[in-house]
Amino acid sequence: MSDLLKRRFADQIKVMFGWEPTKPTRPEDISPAAQKIHFYKKGNRDLIAEKLHARAHAEHKNTWRNRRWATLIFANLLFTFSFFLDIQILEGALTASRFVGFHLIDLNSALQVMLAHKHIINNLLIGTGTVLVLWVLLGGRTFCSWVCPYHLLAEWAEKIHVYLAKKKLVTDQTMDRRLRTVFWIIFALLALLTGYTVYEAISPTGILSRALIYGPGLALLWVLALLVFEVFFSRRAWCRYACPIGLTYGVVGIVSPVRIKYKLDGCFHEGDCRKVCLVPHVLDTVIKGRAVETEVPIGPDCTRCGLCVDTCPTGSLTFEVKGLSKLA
Amino acid sequence: MSDNDKKPAPTPPVSIAKRQTNRRKVLRTILLTGGVLGAALSGFLPLVYSHKNRLRPPGALDEKDFLSSCIKCGQCVQVCPVDAIKLADLVDGMGVGTPYINARNQACDFSCDAVQCVLACPTGSLTYHRPAFMPQRPGAALAEKPILLAKEKDPEPTLNMTERMGVARLNRPEACLAIQGKGFKGQTRGSDFKGKMRYMDVDRWKPIRIADHPYDVAECDLCVRECPIKGAISIETVFAPDGSKRKSPVVHEPCVGCGVCEMVCPVEPTAITVEAREVWKT
Repeated sequence: MSDLLKRRFADQIKVMFGWEPTKPTRPEDISPAAQKIHFYKKGNRDLIAEKLHARAHAEHKNTWRNRRWATLIFANLLFTFSFFLDIQILEGALTASRFVGFHLIDLNSALQVMLAHKHIINNLLIGTGTVLVLWVLLGGRTFCSWVCPYHLLAEWAEKIHVYLAKKKLVTDQTMDRRLRTVFWIIFALLALLTGYTVYEAISPTGILSRALIYGPGLALLWVLALLVFEVFFSRRAWCRYACPIGLTYGVVGIVSPVRIKYKLDGCFHEGDCRKVCLVPHVLDTVIKGRAVETEVPIGPDCTRCGLCVDTCPTGSLTFEVKGLSKLA
Repeated sequence: MSDNDKKPAPTPPVSIAKRQTNRRKVLRTILLTGGVLGAALSGFLPLVYSHKNRLRPPGALDEKDFLSSCIKCGQCVQVCPVDAIKLADLVDGMGVGTPYINARNQACDFSCDAVQCVLACPTGSLTYHRPAFMPQRPGAALAEKPILLAKEKDPEPTLNMTERMGVARLNRPEACLAIQGKGFKGQTRGSDFKGKMRYMDVDRWKPIRIADHPYDVAECDLCVRECPIKGAISIETVFAPDGSKRKSPVVHEPCVGCGVCEMVCPVEPTAITVEAREVWKT
């Protein structure tokens, strides 16, 4: 990794905790190769023609979205049917379960319990360790977009929000992204000091997962309230500004080899990817003149949902497994 | 020479519109913070206002420790052969998603033979061995491991339980059929009652609906007859205040508080109730 990418990597970690991405301002902030491409793209008329051509012929794909939705629904239904049909493959709920006997425990739930209870038994440790390794391999916040049931509902609510926004009936009220870090700390402290797993009581992920497995309850009203808030007031507010689970898995994603890679070369900087992205701050690098290298990996707050990969008309955003591309 | 050359470059002035937008953003952020924290902390309300204890599955830690350690996954629910364990809803506040037993609807009759819910718990909320640093309430411990009548003849007849879930108590003696000297004939709890129980004389491995197992007893002793624990309850002759002799169910120290007596009691509302988290008082 070049020094520029190292600096960017550190910057992206800060971005995950809520800071705004830094713009490369000095010439030495951008590698010569990337500078060359930036310069070439400046006011190049051929490029504009090419862009219009690409736009006209771009196909809208839903490849990754469909794969992801299928995975998410399958994973959640596996829980449901393990209990409902008594096939016992994946017993429990998203907070803690057993996959053919192996303990799996959600990292954020485990953290809350450890902080509140202050006594850790072996099974809890084993389950947490297994899940930690799993999500390090799979990409940290991959959990959010590929497994979390609230993510799917919020995605649908987002569609309604975007439609209403287009009709100028609602506007997206943005918030300060540092709020999520503040929530993470508050909930950790609440667990530690009160001895109750306060966050678990309102976690829409846990509530939805249990509702899918053990039947609906009044707790779903809270999930509904969040969705209504997101439709009419603030786009994807829970996932963007509040959910501590996202931050916990985001931290795991720092060391994960699975990520989205950006290639500066073919990008027309139209920003379609940023429009569909749950966490557009991770895609700051696609803005004209921002990429510090010819290839830039996207930061740990990315949920690896693949919407940008589907949307990009030029194939400038792709999935990458660090290290594997060298083998191929 | 302009002013700019003398002073350090001033920060560009923020337009009024931009400043307003920023202020609104801060307000919204505070609003969301308040909303989420309000919702989270309202979970404490049921704990403050209600001191009613839930009957928890076997091996549960004391309520405070139980609530802090339960990860709300419902694995205990999944292993229970009679579906005795349910998960609490929003009205339980911090306890949302935690397992409890409504003994009147479906008691724990130990038809799993081995308190499997304890085995299923990944966090030690339900445990065979209370951690040494957690003090035990006097009377919560069982004098000896309870003998499960269903496997009394097995080489290992005991249940792996060291603490009781509660204690059964005859709360409405005036309603008790045994005290009145009455018998009972028919389906206890009616024909549409969904509760299940394992009857050893029917099938050791398969619990059946209680409605499918009618009774015909000259003197009601259903609570004693169906109690799964050896020596936990018996019909004794007692003296009423006026000196007359009567039969009455009497609860003894081995009672683990499973609630089967409460489930099978034929009178409405039940004469015998399991007091959740109650300890044995001599």
